[in-house]
Amino acid sequence: MPREITYREALREGLDEELAHDDNVIIIGEEVAEYNGAYKVTEGLWKKWGDKRIIDAPISEAGFIGMGIGASMLGIRPVMELMFFSFAYVAFDQMMNNAATCRYMSGGLINVPIVVRGPANGGTNVGATHSHTPENIFANMPGLKVVTPSNPYDAKGLIKSAIRDNDPVYFMESTVLYGMTGTVPSNDEIEGGELLVPIGKASVKREGTDLTFIAHGRAVVTCLAAAEILAEKHNINAEVLDLRSIRPLDEEAIMASVRKTHRAICVEENKPFCGVGAQISSMIMEQAFDDLDAPVLRITSADAPAFYSPPIEKLQLPSPDEIVERALSIC
Amino acid sequence: MASKTANQSTVPFADAPINQSLTAGDKIELLRQMVRIRRFEQTSLKHYHNDSIGGFLHLYIGQESVAVGSISLLGENDHVITAYRDHGHALAVGMGMNECMAELFGKATGCSKGKGGSMHYFAPDKNYWGGHGIVGGQTPLGAGLAFGVKYKGLKGCCLCYLGDGAINQGAFHEALNLASLWSLPVIYIIENNGYSMGTSQARSSAFPKEGLAARAEGYNMDWDKIDGVSLYEIRAGVQKAVERAHEHCRPTIIEILTYRHKGHSVADANAEKYRTKEEIQEYMNKHDPIEFWKNTLIGEGVISEDDYKAINKEAGAEADAAAEFAIKSPYPDESAIFDDIYWEVDNNTEAGRTGRHFFHG
Repeated sequence: MPREITYREALREGLDEELAHDDNVIIIGEEVAEYNGAYKVTEGLWKKWGDKRIIDAPISEAGFIGMGIGASMLGIRPVMELMFFSFAYVAFDQMMNNAATCRYMSGGLINVPIVVRGPANGGTNVGATHSHTPENIFANMPGLKVVTPSNPYDAKGLIKSAIRDNDPVYFMESTVLYGMTGTVPSNDEIEGGELLVPIGKASVKREGTDLTFIAHGRAVVTCLAAAEILAEKHNINAEVLDLRSIRPLDEEAIMASVRKTHRAICVEENKPFCGVGAQISSMIMEQAFDDLDAPVLRITSADAPAFYSPPIEKLQLPSPDEIVERALSIC
Repeated sequence: MASKTANQSTVPFADAPINQSLTAGDKIELLRQMVRIRRFEQTSLKHYHNDSIGGFLHLYIGQESVAVGSISLLGENDHVITAYRDHGHALAVGMGMNECMAELFGKATGCSKGKGGSMHYFAPDKNYWGGHGIVGGQTPLGAGLAFGVKYKGLKGCCLCYLGDGAINQGAFHEALNLASLWSLPVIYIIENNGYSMGTSQARSSAFPKEGLAARAEGYNMDWDKIDGVSLYEIRAGVQKAVERAHEHCRPTIIEILTYRHKGHSVADANAEKYRTKEEIQEYMNKHDPIEFWKNTLIGEGVISEDDYKAINKEAGAEADAAAEFAIKSPYPDESAIFDDIYWEVDNNTEAGRTGRHFFHG
């Protein structure tokens, strides 16, 4: 039976299955155990798996993430929760220097199979310090992987792949999406008995012919809404390509879609300067220039720190209306 | 209860059981290891000056007893991690001079294939986890290695070395809190050479009159302070911490007083400005750990002056041969640039073949 579960439940199922799959998988983070998770992603896991596997950390991101990196060198597979991915900035040295470069600097003698996960999104009126979207920053660093699921199915399949991956994976979720429901098959419906979504493979969330929206995370949801408006009101059939991971990046899927529709708009909730869309539009320009019928556009959050005031912050993020308006400018 | 332990003991350090168990051969081997480190460093300095070695070179000369004495206590489930002054620890865990010297020369035969350099030696097969360039950045990793040992149910520990300049980094304090809170078998060894680069301890650190390690009391952790000139004292003191880690799974901070004869790095142009020549000379003449151990062993009748000369000569020849090996070794191939970044790519797994991992060109 196809079932509808939330993004939060999908993540939890993925974590639970991996805790069962491998004794070396542990979860560490602030409030992940006895409190059941600040956003309830880990609810019930401490009760099921106990103190050894599900560990409440003090508010000490540099310390506990660095500790997880050290443990991972010995074969432990820590899944570290950041209550907000914004807090990665207090663990930056550990996440950029130690996780990303130990393999290289040891000539390949070491690997760091760690997952750092948590919500990386704006739009919840918590001010600039809690609203960072650092996918471009971490994807800038060779040695790291950055994953950004946009729906429950991908959230479950990608978290399981991330935990099994032997490189550091930074897994960026969205508090806005935690309550989103979607179809996630139960394991008995799946060939192989479990849901694994490969990292590095994009997914067409809506087939189209006239232009391509290239998006990740919650921007995929916004693009799908914009595509419906374009179809209903403007007779434009937009394709929505969900990157699912920023690094590795599914370049083939991007180029295939652009070659089909001949128009591309990169949409993200990230900041514009050196954003994910900047990288992708450069690649499209180099590889598919002759296929384009219009300049590649980029839609991002406003180039300003997140505004607290709820009605104003809403204006900072890409909206279906903004996306429709920009799409009409090139169609 | 957190407390200082070893220095309050009136038992002569040579009489500690861990030292009583040393055979004459063991004692000579400890001397040989210290001398090998010194000769390695002297040889690397020579080649740094003739431009064969790039970047920084942080020499361990004067501090050899710390790595050799403490690492001599370790067993198969014990681990080592340190900062950028890492050559001494590398040789003490059993890494070869050839691979270490070739790494300095940036050669493909280096321990990190020429990718890490002086500050980034690694040998996981010898439980040696680096070699870390960012001051204090290795201290949470040390807690993590101890966590891994404990998680696997092994009786072991991690010796995590840091300099006195690292004790003011936030990551270190976070690591101390975790180590005590979660009872991790990690031993933080502060190699106190008195200077955080060119800034003296008095100008860089606020600490109790008992010393730097006494900060441990704030974390309900045991601590100790050891005079690093004597291998007997180091071994006796660190052994207590190792037993505490093995038997009670508790962390310790140990401050070992030592001195670097050279500058912070070879590039340290002010090494004789922030320290007086007299001070340096005083330490070289009266507190040199190799001289001290040599004289101890001569006093015990374990070696003669001629034996020492032979050990020194042999180590010098080994270091020269290592330099020769490094000189003759090839530089890495340009194709190596994109190896050793992602495990999945290196191992050509399905994950490593999925999506674009590299974005140059």
